[in-house]
Amino acid sequence: MTQFPAAVAEPGQDNTSNDSTLVLNMGPQHPSTHGVLRLVLEIDGETVLRVKPEIGFLHTGIEKTCEAKFYQQVVPLTDRIDYLCPMTNNLCYCLAVEKLLGLEIPPKAQWMRVLMNELTRINSHLVWLGTHAMDLGAMTVFLYCFREREDVLRFFEMVSGQRMMTSYFRIGGLALEPPLGFFEKVKKFADRFLGNIDEYEGLLTGNPIFIMRTKGVAYLSAEDAIAMGACGPTLRGSGVDIDLRRDAPYTGYENFKFNVPVRTEGDVFARYLCRVQELRESIGIVQQALAGMPEGSIKADSPKVVLPDREKMKTQMEALIYHFKIITEGFTVPAGEVYQAIESPRGEMGYYVVSDGTAKPYRVHMRGPSYANLQSLAKMCEGHLIADVIAAIGSIDVVVGDIDR
Amino acid sequence: MALAPPITDIEQLKSHPALGRLVEWNAVAVQAAKFDRDELTIWVEKDAIREVCALLRDSTDCPFNYLADLTCVDWHPSEPRFEVVYHLLSIPKKERVRLKVRLSGSSPAIESVTSVWPAANFYEREVFDLFGVRFTGHPNLQRIMMPDNWEGHPLRKDYPVEGYR
Repeated sequence: MTQFPAAVAEPGQDNTSNDSTLVLNMGPQHPSTHGVLRLVLEIDGETVLRVKPEIGFLHTGIEKTCEAKFYQQVVPLTDRIDYLCPMTNNLCYCLAVEKLLGLEIPPKAQWMRVLMNELTRINSHLVWLGTHAMDLGAMTVFLYCFREREDVLRFFEMVSGQRMMTSYFRIGGLALEPPLGFFEKVKKFADRFLGNIDEYEGLLTGNPIFIMRTKGVAYLSAEDAIAMGACGPTLRGSGVDIDLRRDAPYTGYENFKFNVPVRTEGDVFARYLCRVQELRESIGIVQQALAGMPEGSIKADSPKVVLPDREKMKTQMEALIYHFKIITEGFTVPAGEVYQAIESPRGEMGYYVVSDGTAKPYRVHMRGPSYANLQSLAKMCEGHLIADVIAAIGSIDVVVGDIDR
Repeated sequence: MALAPPITDIEQLKSHPALGRLVEWNAVAVQAAKFDRDELTIWVEKDAIREVCALLRDSTDCPFNYLADLTCVDWHPSEPRFEVVYHLLSIPKKERVRLKVRLSGSSPAIESVTSVWPAANFYEREVFDLFGVRFTGHPNLQRIMMPDNWEGHPLRKDYPVEGYR
């Protein structure tokens, strides 16, 4: 079995393997790899010597597909990239195209985008918290988290008709007005959610077993985190103070007050604390968005780009013509290129959109935060125990759809 | 909100820390620059890319220490065909800059920046896999998304959307 260690070692790396090491395949159908992530581990007893991620099992060629679609047809594709935070993807793509077009978005649409984005962050962090805790043996937290996640998914269903593949944001605004009673329901949820976070924390933060599994585990220094391209809570857990919502505000985040939790320990527990604190900050932003929700239109005033209202389409010839033109031949976007980065629950999500002046994007590239974070996994795991690999994967919160695209 | 016309004059854009530093270091390595939609793009000489990246990373007043993204655009059938695109971020100064390198269509190759940022590893493999651009000095230049025995490079413009049948 000498060919296996060679497969794990990167060419040029010192291959010090001998007969005492074993190659262990983990995934792609392993429950704790959160999707179809495959890791090839070289182990010596319980100690992991090397980690080699094998990705691409979920590659669906979304970037190629985008080049064959009209600009507005790309929005539903973006849901399927990082399927735990569909609205963040929608937003990032829409912002990029709006920047290319030079389109101004009305305040109500912007505030709704912030509101939905923070609910998406809560949704994503709840899935992370539940599965991460379950990987480490705490089953109860999973049930609690999914209970609250269900509420958030109901909100998504209320506004967009879909629980997961929402496609709620459109180029130029939102797809639909939020339904009657929506804000009251979100407010009720926001008022009690802080108590729910206390519940989760009561089960984990002081739990000696959880602390033993996470404190000092999968350490990543700030220098390594930056060099390996880590982002989001993984980077902030290592003491790098960056959050694009604060540092490069988009879609009206400059109007909101929130703190950016940063921890310097750089271990799994620090990332856990960062994310849990982010849940609290998110709910604060949700409350601010609800309190200050402006009145007005949810779509930009740009008939050549934004679909007309249903009523206008049925009564006005002009609106019908615009509708027909947008649906059948799309809208042209001035030539140029834009890199729009936003803070997704997992870190910097960037959309690089190149236009050649036609109605279809010339190139769309998604910079997925999980793809960047995955590279730091090897650094975290090498030299530590196999069980810590599980904790490390959970702590960087990988979504394989985001890695493979 | 009307779009402002892009600025392409290097002299006017010198106040940007990245461009100022590069011009001061070696003006020949900077082919062109463009400031469009609040984003600065610098076209860099192909052979200088690793040095440019190292220089920007280690700059004292505005270190572009974070490689945010690395990708490629295929301009088939025009020549030079490929543009490799680097998006850099300065974490201390929150500045961004985009570097671009033009590559010809016949056996495109460029020096790897993995020695500057280990983060470039996966990105360069992805560009190699999907565009067929080779990165010299990359530690492990293998396909990353597609199977190892795949034919062709799917994100090239002459590759059909449905694939070869």
